[in-house]
Amino acid sequence: MMNSPMIRAVDVHKRFGPVEVLKGVSLDVDKGEVLAVIGPSGSGKSTFLRCLIHLETIHRGSIEIEGESLVATDAQGHCKYVPEADICRVCRKMGMVFQHFNLFPHLTVLQNLIEAPLTVKTARLDDIVPKAEALLRKVGLFDKRDSYPSRLSGGQKQRVAIARALAMEPDIMLFDEPTSALDPELTGEVLNTMRALAEEHMTMIVVTHEMAFAREVAGRVVFMDGGSIVEARPARELFAAPAHPRTRAFLEKML
Amino acid sequence: MNYLADILPPLLQGSGVTLQVFLITLLLAVPLGLGLALIRISRFGFLSGLVNGYIWLMRGTPLMLQMLFIYFALPFIPVIGVRLPDFPSAILAFVLNYSAYFAEIFRAGIQSIDRGQYEGAQVLGLTYPQTMRRIVLPQVLKRILPPMSNETITLVKDTSLIYVLAMNDLLRAARGIVQRDFTTMPFVVAAAFYLLMTLVLTYGFQRLEKKYAVYDE
Repeated sequence: MMNSPMIRAVDVHKRFGPVEVLKGVSLDVDKGEVLAVIGPSGSGKSTFLRCLIHLETIHRGSIEIEGESLVATDAQGHCKYVPEADICRVCRKMGMVFQHFNLFPHLTVLQNLIEAPLTVKTARLDDIVPKAEALLRKVGLFDKRDSYPSRLSGGQKQRVAIARALAMEPDIMLFDEPTSALDPELTGEVLNTMRALAEEHMTMIVVTHEMAFAREVAGRVVFMDGGSIVEARPARELFAAPAHPRTRAFLEKML
Repeated sequence: MNYLADILPPLLQGSGVTLQVFLITLLLAVPLGLGLALIRISRFGFLSGLVNGYIWLMRGTPLMLQMLFIYFALPFIPVIGVRLPDFPSAILAFVLNYSAYFAEIFRAGIQSIDRGQYEGAQVLGLTYPQTMRRIVLPQVLKRILPPMSNETITLVKDTSLIYVLAMNDLLRAARGIVQRDFTTMPFVVAAAFYLLMTLVLTYGFQRLEKKYAVYDE
């Protein structure tokens, strides 16, 4: 167990109807690693992230989280997920942050944080409220704890969403274009929150268009195009000297 | 004024019947409608189709016909045939009919909730029933208040249909007095009673809408 990576995806295939959006993606993510996934729209990077936490089902390949199988494909090519209860348990090791926040609008900020711990983990209110308040302090939104999400700016919403995911105490955090829906002047506060998380050695996979963030915070950068990983290398190397012409072309457009 | 005092007791009695039909129908048809809506949107294709057919049947035929059928024709149907007294017949017809309308209101409400809410709940580990109960339905409630208000107000007035089973609701009581005394005064009083009932409902729903206005979407 100790030696297994936090995430191991092997030969993941995913189709939407006749369109193959993932054409055999394999990736290992180690504990404490911050991985940025970049690539053009439609390259499959968000879909890959969603497959890891079972928001999409895959058609071939295997996914293991902390050494535990989520889905595997046997020698005959039959792709089989583990039983429902195990899916839930495995996926609970991960937290996820969405492009459009997906906060619960009928709940206050604090209620958004404690909802899942109360319902899923049957945590006690006395235990979870101080924890939630500590998380809100960490993302700098303690004074907003009784506000409804509609009263917050986009950046504040995303910081609440990060705190909400952390309230379930995940080992891995997945970020699906967390700053893409934000006004440019609001991306900084969200990226800073993520940077702080990275400094605490949280294992993170970040699908992003923020090249500066990828370069500065990510240890390793994965470039995806056309449903495959084109290259996955340490951030410094990839940005300094992209090996593949497609990576180079993409980076030239982005920087 | 004396005449008014004379006709009030039978009209109040009629209002009692009207309110009984209204309240019992509401109490039974709302949960039934929610259940039907959840089946309708479920992945069980056969059951969903069955509910779809049920809604078509209930919305596609007159409530009065349904009531007459349950009272007069149901006893002659083999196996399930039972003879029901007038009040249960009326309640059964109203509940079956209104649950179909409520089901469609609930379905529209549930389907108007963004997919992201389900995904947000799922990645936090909530099961589908937990997501429905804690995340989706509370938001649905806010959104369906206006159509629910419409439907309940219609229900108040639809109760007058029970006269076909010779039950003495508010309107039939009023009509009886009109025919006996050759004055239209009882109609005016009945109208006032109906208006009072719908006023209470309108006020109640407005209070609810205000309560739920603490959050925007």
